[in-house]
Amino acid sequence: MTTEISPEPASKTTTMTDAVTSTGSKVTRVLGALSLVSIALLLAFGLLVSPPEIAQGDSVRLFYIHVPSAIVCLYIAFSITLVGSIIYLRNQSTFWDLMAGAAAEVGVVFLGFTLVTGMLWGKPTWGTYWTWDPRLTSTAVSFVLYLGYLAVRRLDMDPVARSKRAAILGIISFANLIIIRYSVAWWRSLHQGQTLDPRDTQLDNTMLFSFVLGVLALTMTFAWLVIHRFRIAWLEHQLEAQQLELAIAERTSQGPTGLAHGGA
Amino acid sequence: MIEHARLIAAKDLKIEWSSRVLTAQVIPFGVLVLVLFGFGIPPDRRVLASEGGASRSLLEQASPGLFWLAVLFSLLLALNRSFAVEAADGNLDALRLAGFDPAGVFLGKSGAIVCELLVLELVVGTGAFLLYGPPLHDALQLCAVVVTTTLAMSFAGTLYGALGAGLRLRDTLVPLLVLPVLAPVLLAATRATESALFGPSSEGWAWVGFLGAFALLYLGAGILSFGSLLEES
Amino acid sequence: MSKPVVRLRGVVSLIGRFPALAGADFAVSEGEVVLLQGPNGAGKSTLLRVCAGLASVHNGTGEVFGFDLTTRSGQREVRRRVGLLSHATALYDELTVEDNVRFWAAAANADVGAADAAMDRLGVGGRLRSIRVAGLSAGQRRRTSLAVLVARRPMLWLLDEPHAGLDAEGRDLIDELVHQAVGQGATAIVASHELDRVDSLATRTVHVVGGQAMEVRGPGQAGAG
Repeated sequence: MTTEISPEPASKTTTMTDAVTSTGSKVTRVLGALSLVSIALLLAFGLLVSPPEIAQGDSVRLFYIHVPSAIVCLYIAFSITLVGSIIYLRNQSTFWDLMAGAAAEVGVVFLGFTLVTGMLWGKPTWGTYWTWDPRLTSTAVSFVLYLGYLAVRRLDMDPVARSKRAAILGIISFANLIIIRYSVAWWRSLHQGQTLDPRDTQLDNTMLFSFVLGVLALTMTFAWLVIHRFRIAWLEHQLEAQQLELAIAERTSQGPTGLAHGGA
Repeated sequence: MIEHARLIAAKDLKIEWSSRVLTAQVIPFGVLVLVLFGFGIPPDRRVLASEGGASRSLLEQASPGLFWLAVLFSLLLALNRSFAVEAADGNLDALRLAGFDPAGVFLGKSGAIVCELLVLELVVGTGAFLLYGPPLHDALQLCAVVVTTTLAMSFAGTLYGALGAGLRLRDTLVPLLVLPVLAPVLLAATRATESALFGPSSEGWAWVGFLGAFALLYLGAGILSFGSLLEES
Repeated sequence: MSKPVVRLRGVVSLIGRFPALAGADFAVSEGEVVLLQGPNGAGKSTLLRVCAGLASVHNGTGEVFGFDLTTRSGQREVRRRVGLLSHATALYDELTVEDNVRFWAAAANADVGAADAAMDRLGVGGRLRSIRVAGLSAGQRRRTSLAVLVARRPMLWLLDEPHAGLDAEGRDLIDELVHQAVGQGATAIVASHELDRVDSLATRTVHVVGGQAMEVRGPGQAGAG
């Protein structure tokens, strides 16, 4: 899977980040190029090649980016956050802590994108931006849910304690994601007949291809962004570790071992 | 664990009792919210009740949701209060030093919140009946809804309150974390209360089941995670 | 030599991203009363918090009563056995003196009798018992949190500037309490600027500078060279 691409030999050990000037690498450059090409293709297919749909007309074209971005954030991004959080709680792996954060951060951007495209789709389809459609409603709540997760990651507190709190939150948030989606769906299904559903759309082959292309393009874009975001976080982490070493050395030099004796 | 929970709960309730924050501030706040809803939703506006041709006032129709919203806002105050007393003057460190079982602390703190919420719901609920005047179709179901919702809100609230414990940003962070999480609870409690008040009861019991499951889930999550939350500073 | 109580080797402990302790070596044996000395910001309080199992050990190794300070379960065992008097008094303002002392004592499995005796001993029994902590003076608050410590009967006393804010009688009382506890087999580490006072109390003095600990010549015992 594209999302499993790991950064440079995940150098947990010693390699310091002396001459790093960019977070790019061969893998990300290829991935970035592929993402851009596939998005260009998606635009061509989504806007020009594929025909309008019978019932929805041209608004079906939003569907080629709306559903893929929902799939990417809800199924891929927050699953990575969940897995990363679990692994972090088990073995305090900085790699997975930062990966969980990076995935959630990019995931929230995709979730916001899903919300906006969903509302844009709603306007021509239902005549209004907001209809309390179960999926849209639960997406909005989930958006705030993960904003909270990101807020905890940014707290100014002891880094280890913060990572631990974030990991616990990353796990519970995923459970909440599921609870919110199902409870809202249940609520709406009890009180309304079926509304017009994006999933009922009738697709011919070009349309189906455009959709698959959309999933591919957005997944690659997601992976590309996450890898870069992760590497930035990783470099920050390395930098902090270096600064800490310096701070310890400086403090040691003020102490008795630094002044009087040579060693410990 | 149970003994520690009892100690913590008794301590929290004693603090509430002697400071009167609950009775003098939180409960009046809840009642005030009910009154303010009356300003936001025109009390004279009437809607057609779903079955038959009888009409209800809009406020009456919306009363379950408004009541639970008032409770939810009051819960935020109670949570803030519950963790503010621990944040003062090194008390969090003292709790760690005292050798408390973290699960006991979770049960104790959420237990105290349950008691406070039940008192609050009694007063605010009476207020809602008086102000909005809804009928009561199934009293037993209403009790079940109140109990399960209170447990669900208290367990989840305590867990998220501890996430913000000891932080300067607690006041704003905890509501941001708690509200989306409790959105399904608000939804379920409102639907279940609607069927307890207006009937028919059948649909309400399903939501009560959902609330009970939610409470159990957070009971487990709190017992498991409170150690990590409390013991790191 | 008697049993080791505290043994720290190269301990680094952080406050946020600041290394409050930067490679501290520190050892205390049973029955000792160790005086920690050093300028403000040298790391005395953090050293006490590490010994209490509260501040985490970022680097190095540490043991208290044989429990590993680098693990959470070890820290938990340590916390149960120590009493820390810090700058914060750790009392609930809305509760009375009696409620506070009894709550913390009960948490540590001490009985009500011990709590009551401790309150009387510290001079916060009698009329003061039923007064809310919010209404106490700073010195009385300090006495109340000392009463909590006494009621818990810890095996290791960690006192951070215990004399601050107390009257002459209260200061004498602290010395007396430490003496008595050590006589009953406890150990004490005291951080203080009041040298003349603690000199008579301490068996050994340790200098804390720049996040490290260094032995100095103490009364009755030669320091490490």
